[in-house]
Order: sequence, then structure tokens, then C-alpha cells
Amino acid sequence: MSPDTLEELRGILGPHGLISSPEEIKTYECDGLTNFRVVPTAVVLPDSAEQVQAVVRVCHRERIPFVARGSGTGLSGGALPVKGGIVIGLARMKRILEVDLPNARMVVEPGVINLEVTGRVAAADYFYAPDPSSQSVCSIGGNVAENSGGAHCLKYGFTTTHVLGLEVVLPDGSLVHMGGKTLDAPGYDLAGVFVGSEGTLGIATKITLRIVKRPECVRTLLAAFQSTNEAGAAVSGIIAAGMLPAAIEMMDNLAIQAAEAAVHANYPMCGGLLLVELDGPLAEVDALMAHVDQICRQNGAWEIRVAQSEGERALVWKGRKAAFAAMGRISPNYIVQDGVIPRTALPQILSEIEQLSVETGLRVANVFHAGDGNLHPLVLYDRRIAGQEKAAERLSERILELCIEKGGSITGEHGVGEEKKHMMSKMFAEPDLQTMQRVRCAFDPLQLSNPTKVFPRPRMCGETPGEYVAHPLEAAGVAERF
Amino acid sequence: MSAGAWSGATVVEPADENETAAILRNANETGQAVIPTGGGTKLDWGNPPRKADILLSMRRMNRVIEHAWADLTVTVEAGCTIAALQRKLAEHGQRLAVDPLWSERATVGGILATNDSGALRLAFGALRDLIIGVTLVLADGTIAMSGGKVVKNVAGYDLPKLATGSLGTLGVITRAVFRLHPLPRNARTLTIAATDAQDMQRILLAILDARLAVTAVQARPGNLVDVLLEGTLDGIAAQEAVITKMGKEMGSVREGSPAVWKAREELWGNAPMVKFTSLPSQISAASALFSRFVVQATGIGYAQFTGDLRGLREAMERDGGSLVVLGKTEIDAWGNAGDALPLMRAVKAQFDPKNTLNPGRFAGGI
Repeated sequence: MSPDTLEELRGILGPHGLISSPEEIKTYECDGLTNFRVVPTAVVLPDSAEQVQAVVRVCHRERIPFVARGSGTGLSGGALPVKGGIVIGLARMKRILEVDLPNARMVVEPGVINLEVTGRVAAADYFYAPDPSSQSVCSIGGNVAENSGGAHCLKYGFTTTHVLGLEVVLPDGSLVHMGGKTLDAPGYDLAGVFVGSEGTLGIATKITLRIVKRPECVRTLLAAFQSTNEAGAAVSGIIAAGMLPAAIEMMDNLAIQAAEAAVHANYPMCGGLLLVELDGPLAEVDALMAHVDQICRQNGAWEIRVAQSEGERALVWKGRKAAFAAMGRISPNYIVQDGVIPRTALPQILSEIEQLSVETGLRVANVFHAGDGNLHPLVLYDRRIAGQEKAAERLSERILELCIEKGGSITGEHGVGEEKKHMMSKMFAEPDLQTMQRVRCAFDPLQLSNPTKVFPRPRMCGETPGEYVAHPLEAAGVAERF
Repeated sequence: MSAGAWSGATVVEPADENETAAILRNANETGQAVIPTGGGTKLDWGNPPRKADILLSMRRMNRVIEHAWADLTVTVEAGCTIAALQRKLAEHGQRLAVDPLWSERATVGGILATNDSGALRLAFGALRDLIIGVTLVLADGTIAMSGGKVVKNVAGYDLPKLATGSLGTLGVITRAVFRLHPLPRNARTLTIAATDAQDMQRILLAILDARLAVTAVQARPGNLVDVLLEGTLDGIAAQEAVITKMGKEMGSVREGSPAVWKAREELWGNAPMVKFTSLPSQISAASALFSRFVVQATGIGYAQFTGDLRGLREAMERDGGSLVVLGKTEIDAWGNAGDALPLMRAVKAQFDPKNTLNPGRFAGGI
């Protein structure tokens, strides 16, 4: 970047809004996925949509790629800087602009922390439903980019369900509005495609959220099983009984050990731990909880506890939400993975993961959102042992391939980012990826907004797409196009 | 809509995605305009197309491909009617949690293209929240899928949402995958007669603000508010007690007929129909403009209207809402698409640069 451009940026942002010294800038070289690092040319910290626009206009004019960043907790390298580009940090845009309780809406800036949204309306018994494990630090803007989930999206849906409107700075610097406080605005559902686009379509500067009234009661049950197979069978039983719990989480023995070591959640030591949360009217939840208890026992649960107080409930969740970081207690290094399978394939994939673990000699801890088939295998390794990191990466990738073979996905909530873009062509055929990138070409024909992420190969925005070619799995008769 | 309006168009009925692709590719190359259709119940929605050479009927593509009931998902072809789909899902005690118009005739592709969901949206979300995968055939014959068969999935752009409500202007939906919900154990409808419009508004907001788990709420003329409760008998009884207490302060509460949930459908007659959107807190004010209407608690309303549509639209848009005309009209069917319209046109240009699909029928002349 030319010194003139740097000065121009400084002029837009003021002396404290631009970081370009080598020491300070290093903070921004990676996000939560630390094995990818790129030092950006500069970091800008705008505090208004106007400043974001002004910066993006400069980038557009000078053809400088930019990467938006919230709290930097992402786990797929979505906020990894791009070589020769700048990082636009949104942490200073953290105002809650409007709270409209009668209509259950809030308007916030992208730097607002997820948990602060609930914090603002908790006294009126409302909450913001998407609850990624990092919710005490991650930002709404980052949640929008990644379409973040969390344990409770089984019942309440993902970020996209709760984003009604967006103000967005497009990659050419123009400001547009998608959706709004009322539903079904005329035109395409651009907010629907923007949420989860991982920063590749522009930068959200204002977000209209839907908040949810807290249910009358919440009950959380812990059930200990011999193995994850029995726990999985209990999950099937709960679904077959026509219940839709607020959350169903599962942990295997290794994950329980780690969580215990980290936060002393007082989990029963077992091969498969199930956490089932029901919410709704008191009269209904108590009856259904008795039914869940019965289903767990029928499937071999030997210990069942229902959290008796809000404090106990919080501790149960603390253990679960700390599970990733807790791996540090039992292994020097680990890779967090994020695959999805149709829930019924759970026993099969777990035995296959076990098999891979035996073959490679690497331990794999398993934490899942069992209700929706979202697996978080944690591959444990020691970087100091030659070859182990590579082996761990290979194992982790193999698990994702198994997810694809079962009709699942390579990511349920962490995003594709930098880490998994090469896996996209295993999940999708080329015409699928090319079609998605038509959206990209409409939003960002110069490919400046977080380029090089999500897609294995960029689409040239002028080119004519080729004809349909069968996906390798399809050609082999393994998969049918749905 | 009578078939007469499309009498000049050739009707084609592909049997599968490859045939659909071949038809579209040919039309695209020869400059023929294609109007995709399912059950034909909403063919007069949107603006009249600038051109209509081929009526592409999805009627034959009507299979339920896979009901993975233990995974709570279904993969279904676009031409399957909603009623047929629901009957199939009910075999395993499940449903697609939407209540669209004319479900015996309306198809999966049709309700997706028109984004038509009903009062159940309050509890289960709109179609955009239920669709998890889509296969589209683009105007140039490209067959592309996005999303997948699993409920939770953030790999790639969310084209299922982009396709939903796009009125077939970006591609022809040939398949969709949905997340499902269990059929309710029990259901009960309550109807509250509020004393006046103000009390109707107050009661609506009070129900939404209570810690209940209501499935649907709608307002009708006569200051009536219908509430649908689903779940265990005990759960329903407990909620009914709360609502009865609330209602008695502002009107009277009685058991309602399940037929009240057909009230939206019954609005259709000879008068022009509109869909209007407002905030939940403006429902009473918005509905005061109509004599025959149904407004859902999400703020989405349907009404007959014979007066000055332009003036009505201005009033709705001034309050941050919208007014869309459903059926033949003298004015633009859609109204203001906002400052993102140029971007919408750019999306259209990427997907269908020759304007082969439903030309001119969508918002902003797309």
C-alpha cells in the first residue's frame, strides 16, 4: 500500500483508528484458528458506518482487499487477513441503537457482544436465542458473517432466523438496506444470503435482531450411559416420541474428563453423557421431562440428574461450553472440527472415528449437538512429536469426508473460511459452487471483500458458466442430487 | 387464474431435472420467455410478465423422494402438492410446519417461489426458516444444488433462502429439502372478542409478551383474536387459564373452531387482494383500513381492498411496512423495493441475464 493511501486512511479514521506498527498489527494476524497466519498491511478501527464506507471506497478505488473482523473468535480462519490487504475491525461499533420490546426487536451495531444483547433485555424476560459457546466474547457482526449456531438452535434456529434486517456497506462502498423491522419486504431475501456469507459480500454496519420471550420454565437433565451408542439411541427415542427439546448435547468420556478437569461441572464419569433441555409451560415440561427420563432409562442410563436450581443448570452448561478449551488440560494441541451428519448416522460415524483413532494412534474427543447431528470431534495431538500435526490434520479431514459420505456437511456453524475451502469441492459439484459464486459476482465483482475464502477457486465474474457435469459421488452412484 | 390468460403459451411438463434443464437451455438460447408453474393457484401474483412463451409445469415432478423421519427431514420434488406431502409425513407423525393457501392444489415449488406461509409462522418461522436445501435449474440449463439434507449447515451461500420468495425469477426450483416438526399431540383454538380495536391490539401484544408457547395468533374483523395452542393437554389447559384471565379483562374468551384458521383463504373472492406488513404493535391501526382482513401476529396481513391502492401503499410504507397486490392490478404489484434494488437487479443479471424467467413479474421490474 502506498504511503499516500495509508495517510488517506489515517485521515478518515483519525490518529487512533489506524494501526500500522508491526508490533500492534501482529494481534490481527489470525483469528481463533491459529495455525493460519497472515500479517495485514494495516488495521482500521472505524466507529461509524460512514467511516466503513469511506475506507471501503478507498479499497475499491485502489483495489485493496479487505477482511472484516469482529472479536476474532472464529474457528475456520474467516477473519484471517489476506496478503496485501487490510483488516477492518468493527469492535468500536458497539452501540445498542434501539430496543423495541413490544415488537421484540433490537437494532445493534456489529461490534456488540452476543451476550450483551440478552443482557440488555433479560430484566424484561427476553433473550437473544443464538448462543455460540463463545457468546461472552463473540460479536453480532461475526455471528452474522458465520451464521452462528449454538446449543439451542435445535429449537430456536440459527443467527439467520433472528436477523430481520441489515444495513450493509457493499464492496464498492455503497450503503444498502436488506429486510427491516417488518417482515417480507418486497424483493429478494438478500439478508438471507448475506447471513453466513463469511464476510465475502460486504460489511454489516447495523443489524436488526429478533429477540425471544423467555419460556415459563427450563429443565435440564443429565443422563449417564455406558457408551455414546446408548446415548444416541435415547436421542432417537426422544425424537420418535415427538418431542422437540430446546437442546440435546452429548459428550464422550474423553470430553467429560477434559470438562471436569477445567471447570468441575460435576458430571458423572461415563462413556456417553447426554444433556437434554426442555422449555415451555411448566405443566408441559414436567410431564415431558418424566417421559425423557423414562426413555433414557429404557436405553440403559444408569444415572439421571435434573438440575435443581438455576445455579446447577448454569454449571451443567458451563462444562459443555468450556469443552473445547478444556482439551488443553488433557492434550498439548488439538484441532476442533465441525461436521454434520443426518442424526441417525451417529452410531456408525462414531465407530468409524474410533477406528481411525486406533489406526492413527491419535485420541479423538467427541462433543456433539446430538439433536441436529452437528459433531465437534476434537483431534488431540502433540506438535512436538514429528509428523503428528500432519497426521491430526489428515484425520480431521477424513472425519469430514465421512460426514460428506453420509449426506452431511463439512460445517454446521464454524464456517468454511480458509480452513475448509478445499473441502467444498468434495461436498458440492462444480456447477453448485459456480452458481453460488454468481451471487458473489453480483455483490463484489472485483472480489475485494474477504477474497480467497469459502470457495476453492474464484469465479471470474465475466465468464460464461459451463454445462452441468456430474459430481464424482453422483457418477459413482453413491449420492443422488437432492 | 384461468388458463385463458396464457392461451398463447406452450405448456410443457418435464419429468425430471435433466428435461427441465433441456427445456430452459433451449428457451434461453431461442429467446423464449418461461413461466414456471406448480398448481397454478397463484399464476396471477406479481406483475403480468412482459412475455410468456412457455408455461413450464412441474406437475409431473411430484415425488416425495425421501422422508427421513428419524432425522426430521424430507426431500421432495417441486410439483408435489402440500396436502399430498403432509399426508405422507403424517404417516410418521410429522408435518411441514406451514399452513399455506389452498394446500390441496398449491405445490412445494409454488409456495416457495411466492413465500406463502400462514399463521403457524409465529411458532415455526417462515419457509426460509424451514427449507434446508434446494435444487435449482437456471435459465442456461445449469443444475445447481445448495444447502443439504442436514438441519445445521453453513457450507456455502444460502441459496435456499435466496430462491424462497424470488417468484421463479432466478431459477426453477425442482427439489427442496425441509426440516420437519412433530404433529401436535393436541390442539385447541380460543377466540377472544375484544371490546374495541384498542383492546384487540393490547390483547395481541399481551399474549406475545406472556411467557406462553402459543402456536399461532391472528386478528379478524369484529375485534376478534384467535389463538392456537398445541401440546400436552395439561400444557394447553395451563395456557388457556392464563389467556382466559387476560382476555376477561379486555373482552370475552370462548373456544374457537379450528375452521378460523381457514379465514385467510376465505378472503379470496372478486375484490382485489393485498398482503400488507406492519409491526405487531401497529396491527390494529393497519387493519382499521380494511373491512375484510386477517392479520397474523407476525404483522403480516391479508385483506380485500377496492379503494385507492396507491394511497394505501404510501400509508403502509410510511410506517415502515409494505403493500403487495396479490392478483391483477392497475398499479405495480410490489411497491418500493428499497435502496438494494440495484443489487437485486445485479443478482438477477447473474442468474438470468437474458430475462428468460418470468420477465418483469417481480419487484422493481425484475
